[in-house]
Amino acid sequence: MTITDTQPERAVLGQRLLRKEDPALLTGEAKYTNDLAVPGALHLAVLRSPYASATINAVDVSAALAAPGVVAAYSGADLVDLWAGPMPCAWPVTADMKNPTHYPLAVSRANYAGDGVACVLSTSESAARDALDLISVDYTPHEAVIGLEDALSDRVVVHPDLGTNKSYTWDLKVEGTEGAVDAAFAAAAFTTKERFIQQRLIPAAMEPRAVLAMPQPFGGDMTLYSATQVPHILKVMTALTLGIPEHQMRVVAPSVGGGFGSKLNVYAEELLCVALARKHGKPVRWNEERAEASMSTIQGRGQIQDIELAADADGKLTAMRVRLIGDMGAYLQLVTPGVPLLGAFLYAGVYDLPQAYDFSCTSVFTNMTPTDAYRGAGRPEATYAIERSMDSLAAKIGIDPLELRRRNFIPTESYPYTAFTGLVYDSADHDAAASKAAEMIGYDAFRQRQATQNVPGATKRIGIGVSTYFEMCGLAPSRVLASLNYGAGGWEAATVRVLPTNKIQVVTGTAPHGQGHETAWSMIVAEKLGVSPDDVDVLHSDTAIAPLGLDTYGSRSLPVGGVAIALACDKVIDKARQIAAHQLEASPDDLEFSGGVFRVAGSPDKETPLAAIAFAAFTAHDLPDGMEPNLEAHTTYDPPNFSWPFGTHMCAVEVDTETGEVDVLQYVAVDDCGVQVNPLIVDGQVHGGVVQGLAQALYEEVVYDSDGNLKNSTLAEYLVPAASDVPPITTGHTVTPSPTNQLGVKGIGEAGTIGAAPAVINAVVDALSGLGVHDVPMPASPLNVWNAIQAAQGGSQ
Amino acid sequence: VIPAAFDYVRAGSAEEAISLIGEHGDEAKFLAGGHSLLPLMKLRLAQPSVLVDIGRITDLSYIRDAGDHIAIGALTRHMDVENSELLAQHAPLLTHATSHVGDPQVRHRGTIGGSIAHADPASDLPATTLALGATYVAQGPNGTREIAAADFYEGFLTSTLAADEMLTEIRVPKMQGAGWGFQKFNRRAQDWAIVGVAAWRRNGESGVALVNMGSIPVLATSVSAALAGGASIEEAAEQAAADAEPQADLNASVEYRTHLAKVLVRRALEAASS
Repeated sequence: MTITDTQPERAVLGQRLLRKEDPALLTGEAKYTNDLAVPGALHLAVLRSPYASATINAVDVSAALAAPGVVAAYSGADLVDLWAGPMPCAWPVTADMKNPTHYPLAVSRANYAGDGVACVLSTSESAARDALDLISVDYTPHEAVIGLEDALSDRVVVHPDLGTNKSYTWDLKVEGTEGAVDAAFAAAAFTTKERFIQQRLIPAAMEPRAVLAMPQPFGGDMTLYSATQVPHILKVMTALTLGIPEHQMRVVAPSVGGGFGSKLNVYAEELLCVALARKHGKPVRWNEERAEASMSTIQGRGQIQDIELAADADGKLTAMRVRLIGDMGAYLQLVTPGVPLLGAFLYAGVYDLPQAYDFSCTSVFTNMTPTDAYRGAGRPEATYAIERSMDSLAAKIGIDPLELRRRNFIPTESYPYTAFTGLVYDSADHDAAASKAAEMIGYDAFRQRQATQNVPGATKRIGIGVSTYFEMCGLAPSRVLASLNYGAGGWEAATVRVLPTNKIQVVTGTAPHGQGHETAWSMIVAEKLGVSPDDVDVLHSDTAIAPLGLDTYGSRSLPVGGVAIALACDKVIDKARQIAAHQLEASPDDLEFSGGVFRVAGSPDKETPLAAIAFAAFTAHDLPDGMEPNLEAHTTYDPPNFSWPFGTHMCAVEVDTETGEVDVLQYVAVDDCGVQVNPLIVDGQVHGGVVQGLAQALYEEVVYDSDGNLKNSTLAEYLVPAASDVPPITTGHTVTPSPTNQLGVKGIGEAGTIGAAPAVINAVVDALSGLGVHDVPMPASPLNVWNAIQAAQGGSQ
Repeated sequence: VIPAAFDYVRAGSAEEAISLIGEHGDEAKFLAGGHSLLPLMKLRLAQPSVLVDIGRITDLSYIRDAGDHIAIGALTRHMDVENSELLAQHAPLLTHATSHVGDPQVRHRGTIGGSIAHADPASDLPATTLALGATYVAQGPNGTREIAAADFYEGFLTSTLAADEMLTEIRVPKMQGAGWGFQKFNRRAQDWAIVGVAAWRRNGESGVALVNMGSIPVLATSVSAALAGGASIEEAAEQAAADAEPQADLNASVEYRTHLAKVLVRRALEAASS
């Protein structure tokens, strides 16, 4: 394994090419679902429950039906016959997991504020919206349950038919080590016990959801356009839920304006549009309003984390105990119950923890919007808990937090490293990443400055926070997913097609929604086949064009989908080699292929370019006996392991102790995602990820009142940071090529989010440690910081 | 994001606007820059049945030297106030405060009169003009009248403007030689203030007004009285919330808001005294 600061020499990979997607996106040429002009489409609007918990006694749509433009209006009860099955949850994490029946419109009981209870079809969007005000619903409101521990007590039960709010308990313990954790804690020189709250977050993709269902004029086929990041999964699930033969369903994701996991789902409005388009024989479309998105699209995070560490006298970790309560919200969406499990393997972070680990997660229903995967999905939560706890441990021992981490890093020479969980971490050098970050931010100099600035009475106090992380991404080896009861595999499909004029079509099963796959996949093909990236067209996100795929989430597209493309290129080269050998009258084994040209080894004048082979394969005039015409290859790639990006983030802050305001002075992110296909895109992913992590740390928080009313549904109240609120981010990289794939690549989509929140909060707590502050809840808003200071000062008097 | 249906009429002059609003009664609203009203309409929190667009009455967009004060037409956009050399010379507190309104997009559309007539206690300009002792001019069917800023604000989003009156001019006294300070505390650059302070001092006089410290912009007369009585800035700032009735919201408790007002008044006065 080679660790360097620089990329391996490649022809195309590693160049900072501008994204080919961007001209259309930046000039408004790109077509989003809402841009598709479809004459005669009916507009759907959904009436949502104003109550977090209520029995639906009666729904009267008669006044709405009489309104101008209204074609139909339905209650949930009116539509029950349209569903072949309830809304899907693809991740039954335990055999006894409780999963409430969930239909696109609630039939007899609304279970969160925003739960759909009726709908209108109208000839215009505004008429549909107006008609909602004319629907009369007779509700009997019930007490709502919002707090997770309250939910766990079953004092109020969300779904009376289930009899309990507990959905499941899932444990992760190391077999054969019973008693090891208790023994280690009993023998520990130092222990910490912390509780952290992962507040709920609104994903807030720039494009809200939008859906258009188009019945084809004959034959019964249905095309569903949706702002989704999972067209392939959506196709299967729509077919199953609506009883439509799968081969008659086509799903297209046009340009999609971000998802962050929130569009990794099967939503009520998608199913409603398809069902009503079938029923009425007309296109049906729906556009989500922003405030509607806050309650009807999934939310992220939502956990109470209790974490205990045990360490020996040198600060070496000896055991860990983790107890989670997961907030499922009112229903289980596509992968809701699995999110905490994705973090379960990462609570030990990048540390060499012995086999003394005890994890248990109990997840509960609450009367709030369902949660589900949001950038990082379980892994930012885990990283936050361990990285905050490491700072607590360092404070207890009285050593520098960076030094404590160094004492516990998994040693570089032990890679590949089999963790206590049985997972194999393929490659890493944590000390290299940490040292680089420390050098970039000037860690030692900052500590000196801090000692002079944070004197008694100082009202501007500075702090520095460290966060080291491992990311289990690149979902995923199908057999590992099977062991977690996940309802699908983790492979990815690719087709590489060399057209007669040596232009290349790539068909990918990934579904980009801002990631730049068209550019990155073109670069991989260009590297492999010796063509220009401009000569490559990437086809995606339409199940009629790319019928096989498992879509984009979990930082999987490059380490699974991108590698699949490289493998398909290899197959193309193999076939081209046979043709070239035939034409050059040489043995295939004697041919070298580089820069798009086959050459006979030792005979420099005997060569033929891929372009000539492509045309020969097309004309088929002179191919080897028995060879099929044309030059294309298909691959389905199931990765042998997850990919394991890692890194160190550091953040320096100044806190105004009079106002509680946190000013981020400096942010340094050193990420190792193996070989970088396009460092410009990598930087973009890190920037965006860091901002989303920083947003959780400082700005964002979903607020419900005790009755279950969402208090900040608009972007004036829900504080997504704007460009002017984000500090300069300095990116650095180490390059540890992944040994598990030929490109040496690892995922990078979620790394920034995973690293950022603990770095920021560690810095804030570090700044305030002289005032007796031990923790600040997220978000570290001025109010929360000021309250933490008041509490600490009050406590010390 | 889809407002309820409404009718739209465009006025070519102040007189026409007042006549149109009189014709359509209580359900009509003036539309100036639209940056306060339209968001409320999109959320259906406001559902006027008629919008009287006054945005093209160009003769209400001006900044003039009127002797002892600067006269600002109500339809002058924030960006023009922000960049006015005349105002920078005679009322730098106003140009500075205006540069903190929303973001550049908002400042290119929104108007000073629209912001003041909307009477949002969380907006910067009502409190700033209140601190400066501005006078507002309103035109109605029976002519014009002057309203002191201190008499203008009645309650949350309500003012003493009659339904058929239109704000036409803001008169800001010239403040030669006054020191000033403006503090806007918010979480994101484009947000409303959690607490804001506009303050000026000249010789023994001062004016201090608070943003978002109650249902109306608040003139902190207790602070000015303390200063006039010889109190130090620190002592006077302790009176910051004495005239206010702050509310709690997602960003601040009453206790925190009160504390912030003291800190920010102190900082604003320090700036005004330096």
